[in-house]
Amino acid sequence: MKLMPMNAAAFSMNALPNLAFSGAWVTSKLFDMAEKIHGMPRIAELNIIADGSEIEALDMSGAWVMHSVLNRLSTQGKTITYKGFKPEFAERLEIVAHEFNRHANASRDIKITPPSWLEQIGITATKALKEAKDLLSFVGEVSLMIVASIINPSRIRWRPILYNIREAGFNAIPIVGVLAFLLGVVVAYQSADQLRNYGANIFVVDLIGISMLREFAPLIAAVIIAGRSGSAYAAQIGTMSVTEEIDAMRVLGIVPMEMLVLPKLIGMVISLPLLTVWADMLGIFGGMLTAKTQLDVSFVDFIGRLVKAVEMTTYTVGLGKAFVFAIIITMIGCFQGFRTHGGADSVGRQTTRSVVQSIFLVIVADALFSVLFSILKI
Amino acid sequence: MPSQEIIIEVSNVSTSFGQHKVHDNVSLEVKRAEIFALIGGSGSGKSTLLREMMLLHRPDSGKIKVHGVDLTNITEAQGQSLRQHWGVMFQHGGLFGSLTIQENVGLPLREHTDLPDSLINELAEWKLSMVGLQSGVYGQYPSELSGGMLKRASLARALALDPDLLFLDEPTSGLDPISAGEIDTLILKLRDMFGLTILMVTHDLDTLWQVSDRVAVLANTKVEALGSMLELSVSKVESVRQFFDGKRGRSAYAQEQKISELHI
Ligand SMILES: Nc1ncnc2c1ncn2[C@@H]1O[C@H](COP(=O)(O)OP(=O)(O)OP(=O)(O)O)[C@@H](O)[C@H]1O
Ligand SMILES: [Mg+2]
Repeated sequence: MKLMPMNAAAFSMNALPNLAFSGAWVTSKLFDMAEKIHGMPRIAELNIIADGSEIEALDMSGAWVMHSVLNRLSTQGKTITYKGFKPEFAERLEIVAHEFNRHANASRDIKITPPSWLEQIGITATKALKEAKDLLSFVGEVSLMIVASIINPSRIRWRPILYNIREAGFNAIPIVGVLAFLLGVVVAYQSADQLRNYGANIFVVDLIGISMLREFAPLIAAVIIAGRSGSAYAAQIGTMSVTEEIDAMRVLGIVPMEMLVLPKLIGMVISLPLLTVWADMLGIFGGMLTAKTQLDVSFVDFIGRLVKAVEMTTYTVGLGKAFVFAIIITMIGCFQGFRTHGGADSVGRQTTRSVVQSIFLVIVADALFSVLFSILKI
Repeated sequence: MPSQEIIIEVSNVSTSFGQHKVHDNVSLEVKRAEIFALIGGSGSGKSTLLREMMLLHRPDSGKIKVHGVDLTNITEAQGQSLRQHWGVMFQHGGLFGSLTIQENVGLPLREHTDLPDSLINELAEWKLSMVGLQSGVYGQYPSELSGGMLKRASLARALALDPDLLFLDEPTSGLDPISAGEIDTLILKLRDMFGLTILMVTHDLDTLWQVSDRVAVLANTKVEALGSMLELSVSKVESVRQFFDGKRGRSAYAQEQKISELHI
């Protein structure tokens, strides 16, 4: 019956004092009724006769809107008599009238004014400071956790550590390899012209060797892993806290940090330096190929020069950085995951934050390392 | 009060998930303005049957008609128009986490009507107050509400488009007895005042006694019994007896007896 076509809701004031309602007063047939009510002309008659004989259907929203027509008239001081309403329609109108008055009398919520720009700056600043403080206490908590597991190594969960090494390390080998290789090619290619001009072809080895081992390999590996694994950590822990799984762990006497953070941290601290070694190799290989094709530096010459030009510290500095980057990425990923509260969209937000923040902090840390090393003359 | 017009017609529906058979030739009919309850043990396929009636899952065989429209080979346009005629309250709420409670209720109106925002807000507020939510929570997000409040908000959203068919999956579970009683009253009022057809899944014996007109018992992949609560309470079928003979079943039955004695 309801699926049969219905006429649009309408009211007519052509035959005053008759106010004739017609059509189906149901949600889907109200269309622009609100504007029509708004544009109702003022009328002189004092006694209005509401005629409901042509109403096809009346649902809750329809009754609400119909009542607002009648309400408008009665607030103008008109007396309304009802005519031709089906008993059930009349009853519905009555219920709505009751609700309508209650609604109108209910104390209105206090208007919320958006904060001024000065307040906005203050709010943002306190938020950022609070987040920094929380991060610090998170780092402290994890450190305590690490100390506890060093004292009592039987509490370390080896299986998830191995799982994390596979997920974050082994599975990332292809993508890290390809990008490091391309980076090596690009760097060698860009410098080829300049070096050729000065006849300093062989120095491409110094350039590639030092820049790759010291800067590019750790950085490219860290950026890829931040996007790949850091985000996954945030999303996993975030989803778990939304679905009350974290709370369930706490109640079951499992420390979420120990179960979720420590294996990831240990896994990452092992994987990222290894990935960096891999990126070193592929990056230098990329540079080597370009050196051969563009600068006529043979593989043998390249390797021979590499051993002389690049000191061992260059290599270990790169690995040391990778170790620190691994800690940053895991900490930020897990921290943002634990900060997720609310629903699904909050998981997305925290995941994005984790990636942006960890890449940001990785680059800041890299800059600090450069300053530090130049002071220490390493 | 129910008329003879059939709103939902399920005939010989079979469903299985892999090897696991959930329904085997299930048939039932729901009439206009009837409050029809589906009961059965956990995992007996009540939610699945409900999902099949609202186009969320396809049965393996058999036919389901809603408002006379066969769901087996329904067009997208028919589906859309059917969907505007029913309201659904999910077992776990299904509210959108990124919207406030009031926006959740207003969303169907915003999507399907041209009503102005102010009117939509008014209607949403009314629906929310109808299900017994205080105005303080309208601006809050689902994650900030208690389980019972989520149920109510979900019911309010189901009512947003003034459906004439309401699917309720466990409307009173997780509510305190007083709130559950209020929901019962609301369900009855919706049916009596607005002629809604209501199909619900529930385990709440009080709700079943108070509001349901007919009850179907799903067990062992079949509809094992179908009738009013009074009829079922004297049934000899094993799965029905289990339901009534449990301690809780007996106490609800005893209460019901006392109430009807008082009325006589
Ligand atoms: N998507 C699915 N894939 C596989 N099996 C499913 C799926 N959905 C439901 N089932 C199975 O179908 C059966 C019926 O599930 P359903 O959710 O309908 O139960 P129910 O009667 O609503 O139970 P409850 O009272 O616990 O809500 C269960 O055994 C369940 O495991
Ligand atoms: Mg269910």
